[in-house]
Amino acid sequence: MIDLTTTIRISIRSLKANKMRSFLTMLGIIIGVGAVIAMLAIGSGARSRIAAQISSMGSNLLMILPGATTAGGVRMGIGTQPTLSMADAEAIRKECPSVQYVAPVVNGVAQVVYGNLNWSTGVIGTSPEMVFVRDWEITAGRNFSDDDIRGATKVCILGQTVIENLFGDINPLGHVIRIKNVPFTVIGILQRKGQSPTGQDQDDVIYIPVTTAQKKIFGTTFPGMVRIIMIKARSPEVMDSAEREITDLLRQRHRIGPRQDNDFTVRNLTQIMQVQEQSTSVMTILLGAIASVSLIVGGIGIMNIMLVSVTERTREIGIRMAVGAKTWDIRLQFIIEALILSLSGGLIGIITGIVSSRVISSLAGWPVMISIFAVMLSFSFSGIVGIFFGYYPAHKASLLDPIEALRYE
Amino acid sequence: MTLIRTEEIIKVYRLGEIDLKALNGVTTSIDKGEFVSIMGPSGSGKSTFMNILGCLDRPTEGRYILDGIDVSAFSRDELARIRNEKIGFVFQGFNLLRRTTALENVELPMVYSGVSQKERRERAREALNKVGLSGREDHYPNQLSGGQQQRVAIARALVNNASIILADEPTGNLDTKSSKEIMEIFTRLNEDSGITLIVVTHEPDIARYSRRIIRFLDGMIISDEKAQ
Repeated sequence: MIDLTTTIRISIRSLKANKMRSFLTMLGIIIGVGAVIAMLAIGSGARSRIAAQISSMGSNLLMILPGATTAGGVRMGIGTQPTLSMADAEAIRKECPSVQYVAPVVNGVAQVVYGNLNWSTGVIGTSPEMVFVRDWEITAGRNFSDDDIRGATKVCILGQTVIENLFGDINPLGHVIRIKNVPFTVIGILQRKGQSPTGQDQDDVIYIPVTTAQKKIFGTTFPGMVRIIMIKARSPEVMDSAEREITDLLRQRHRIGPRQDNDFTVRNLTQIMQVQEQSTSVMTILLGAIASVSLIVGGIGIMNIMLVSVTERTREIGIRMAVGAKTWDIRLQFIIEALILSLSGGLIGIITGIVSSRVISSLAGWPVMISIFAVMLSFSFSGIVGIFFGYYPAHKASLLDPIEALRYE
Repeated sequence: MTLIRTEEIIKVYRLGEIDLKALNGVTTSIDKGEFVSIMGPSGSGKSTFMNILGCLDRPTEGRYILDGIDVSAFSRDELARIRNEKIGFVFQGFNLLRRTTALENVELPMVYSGVSQKERRERAREALNKVGLSGREDHYPNQLSGGQQQRVAIARALVNNASIILADEPTGNLDTKSSKEIMEIFTRLNEDSGITLIVVTHEPDIARYSRRIIRFLDGMIISDEKAQ
């Protein structure tokens, strides 16, 4: 058996002899590997963005919305009837063992003024538990206290976007802003959270005590009612039982008979997000699978060219056999040629894939994530393609009859 | 000392339904150091006989004993090894690898016998020197004349210390002057190095260089005599 380095050198030489053809053959693999890497990068980029958004929303999240009004047979949609009260929130906190935090919400959009700057933003009246429900850190200052809720004090906690728009570089702590002309003292600053899964800017927000919101900002005809109740369950495992406990409790509290519909809706936000994440994974696998088809097509291209090459080089094979090349010497030479084609195609394909996914990400604004796994996978796949599609031509070459091969014109 | 002995060799080619008997009981022996010409009209079986002697083909029946070993039933790879170690070929059409330098062409047999790169270089250089091609190591076949190409082929046949050189119409593609040069190299190799030479030819002028002429007709030896 001849040594590998010599075989490799022989193979490289014959590939170099047909540069254009070798390149075109490689192109199939380059496109295949590039496509696999780019597709997986886009897919896992999308998935990681969704995962990040899920965790930015807060984990184990449930949202209770009030029910729909029906006025003269016209159903008005979820949230049109104020059926949830502060007392409901309090009851859930006390009586549902699977629930860890409860944050009632009274919200609206309001104009906010600081000095000569103004900004319109979402103002959320809530309890101190909100930051725990949302897994949201207060980077400076303090959270609301129970006294703030009880006394309906005029204090607020600001999101980063609001700070940027009202204060610029000034530290807002202790300053007074006016919400609907009511002065509020800034007591805390929220950490930056970025976009929500639905694309909203989560940092464009002001938290104020829920009682203050009810009494001083969003005066309501239904005192003690809240728009939404946000819930954090104790763990992902008890999400379902938390949902059940809340439903049972609220049905009882709202005196809903066994045949009547709920006048509220419990939404499992985390679950919704997870379904979205799963569908993204499926999409990633699908994209990868489609891309690998082109890799296989590239492999067939290699086989095609290798078969042509074997026929063209029949005489060379005859000469090699005459001077003592054994079956496997010839076979190995052609397999290695196919391997060099597919592996160097694979290498260039990796570079192409990385570059093109970067280009896609900057042009289309999609997040991409190139994983080592995808790179290794497609590279080794290209090697397997090379061996698989190179074997048959190599086998054919090695079984040529030396006499006929020498006579071949 | 007998180097080659064939006993009742029969070679049958199957062409569709018809069996074609290319060799019909060839028995002969050739001693070490002989210089033999094989002559005969085309279709007489001389090329088939050469292919069997060169271990490129196996006899259908009969025995071929090379250097004391019966190789008639050897496998493809075993025959490849015998060709590599004992036999050097010189063809009418030179059969050099294109896009490969003279030196690398000469190295080729050693590639398949596992000689190290360094030693290959050295021995190939030496062999080229022996056929008078020093300084042409890096030339490609298409940069060499026919006579020079054939000399590269001879160097390739020599380089692995083959005990037999089989030449199939070695001067068929050459002019008279180059033919003469080639035959002189053969004669010198035979006389000085004691290499056994078997040359297939149909030119009496070429056969005259040898010391024994075997004539074939219809797959059989019809005469075997000393050359004048």
